[in-house]
Amino acid sequence: MATEYNGYITTESIAGADDGPLGGKTVAVKDNISTEGVRTTCGSAMLDDYVPPYDATVVERLKAAGATIPGKTNMDEFGMGTTTETSAYGPTENPAAPGHVPGGSSGGSAAVVAAGDADMALGTDTGGSIRCPAAFCGVVGIKPTYGLVSRYGLVAYANSLEQIGPIAPSVEEAAELLDVIAGPDDHDATTRDNDGATEGLADAADGDVDGLSIGVPTELVEGADEAVVETFWDAIDELEAQGASYHEVDLPSVEHAVEAYYVIAMSEASSNLARFDGVRYGQSGGYEGNWNESFANAREQGFGEEVKRRVLLGTYALSAGYHDKYYKKAQDARAWVKQDFDAALADADVLASPTMPVPPMEMGESLADPLTMYLADANTTPVNLANLPAISVPAGETDDGLPVGLQLVGPAFGEKQLIRAGSALA
Amino acid sequence: MSDGETDDDADDATGADGSDAAAADGGAAAVDPEEVRHVADLARIDLDDDEVERFTERFADVLAYFETLEEVPEVESEADLTNVMRPDEVRDSLSQDEALANAPETEDGYFKGPKVS
Repeated sequence: MATEYNGYITTESIAGADDGPLGGKTVAVKDNISTEGVRTTCGSAMLDDYVPPYDATVVERLKAAGATIPGKTNMDEFGMGTTTETSAYGPTENPAAPGHVPGGSSGGSAAVVAAGDADMALGTDTGGSIRCPAAFCGVVGIKPTYGLVSRYGLVAYANSLEQIGPIAPSVEEAAELLDVIAGPDDHDATTRDNDGATEGLADAADGDVDGLSIGVPTELVEGADEAVVETFWDAIDELEAQGASYHEVDLPSVEHAVEAYYVIAMSEASSNLARFDGVRYGQSGGYEGNWNESFANAREQGFGEEVKRRVLLGTYALSAGYHDKYYKKAQDARAWVKQDFDAALADADVLASPTMPVPPMEMGESLADPLTMYLADANTTPVNLANLPAISVPAGETDDGLPVGLQLVGPAFGEKQLIRAGSALA
Repeated sequence: MSDGETDDDADDATGADGSDAAAADGGAAAVDPEEVRHVADLARIDLDDDEVERFTERFADVLAYFETLEEVPEVESEADLTNVMRPDEVRDSLSQDEALANAPETEDGYFKGPKVS
């Protein structure tokens, strides 16, 4: 069933097992996650008619758990965007804030959940692509610890940063979905067995924050929009009223997180997207001229502007003479961010900030200026650099009625802490 | 920007000598159209003239922002890495038909590609 806000790219329904923990539930799937026999476009014209011959591990697990997949959701092309406006299939409108973007890149997934057209959804988060749309659409999103969820069958954008995770109306439902998809997979050597620390996640959604110690990184609050900051502190007050306490912490490294993130993500993208040459899949570049000309033609036709921009910048950052200046420094920044988070989490159970420094942008507002769009990822990208888990829960609305999300960050494989704390609010 | 500078920048991106490129640059992040064309060539993406113009303009902003990484100190990191091994055994895989199903063109059970020359 198509939606008037353009939440789905494909609405072919996929049936799951007769029963299971997700029996009777619909779980929409982002269109960069492979579904056997159902086309998977990644929001790109390049893959307009690509039909995967196998299921991603998370899709196998959804089906085995009894979920029905109602369709494949709209997204920024190959996950490259913060607004779902770079999709080759048109932008998605935010059902919770008409006229505004739903966030991105998993904007379709958050939108169908916010509109009630799916019970839950899967998104992917490389630099905030689950948490941003969850915040903008007023729903819950979890970016799991790197290695908790298999990426087998996820079309790669930036392997070292991305995770598949749940989007749902409540923390408990998000945790139920994460319970189903989490756990080691032979097909993804980066998944980890963590001694049961992340089993029974939904049981942790008891809302008990009595004695919870919250660190608030000043760097992630100071730069945010006034209306966002106000809503953020209201949510912290509410957690305090339920028995939590907060203290401010410093994370000086996060001032460099966005540039480090984009250098690393674009560099990995320039390598990952080399596979789209129009020979094994994708749109052929024809058979005139030599293979370089043919590939370059296929990629000119098949990729949108933002994808080209990131592949070119990534190629530039890795090219001889620039590697040490950009990529190597970005890896230093990544290690620094990780150390800062580890230190802050030694004195706090969770770290809290606004998920996004701004409320949802108006549609069409940010596309013209890529750098402004990148800077909106200031609070989410550090978490991917540090490989940590984070949750975005609805914190309230601005005076203009725009949703604001609260982000909580925990230690590696500390999803239960995040679910417990987040469930006190949603 | 003078023609002379244009040539220098293009040489940097060609990248014979890494240290020179990073040092000579001294924080100036400007790129010229030739450099954009060169990188597009490396990335195997054709660009039309309008795209070259737009990318040249935008790259300056983004690269200037990337330059701030200069302020990041060197950080000792001990990555927590373990090799993940598995026995080298034959497993089920896609059939030839399945593997070829998404190819724009195939011939005699093979992918059909452009000329390699």
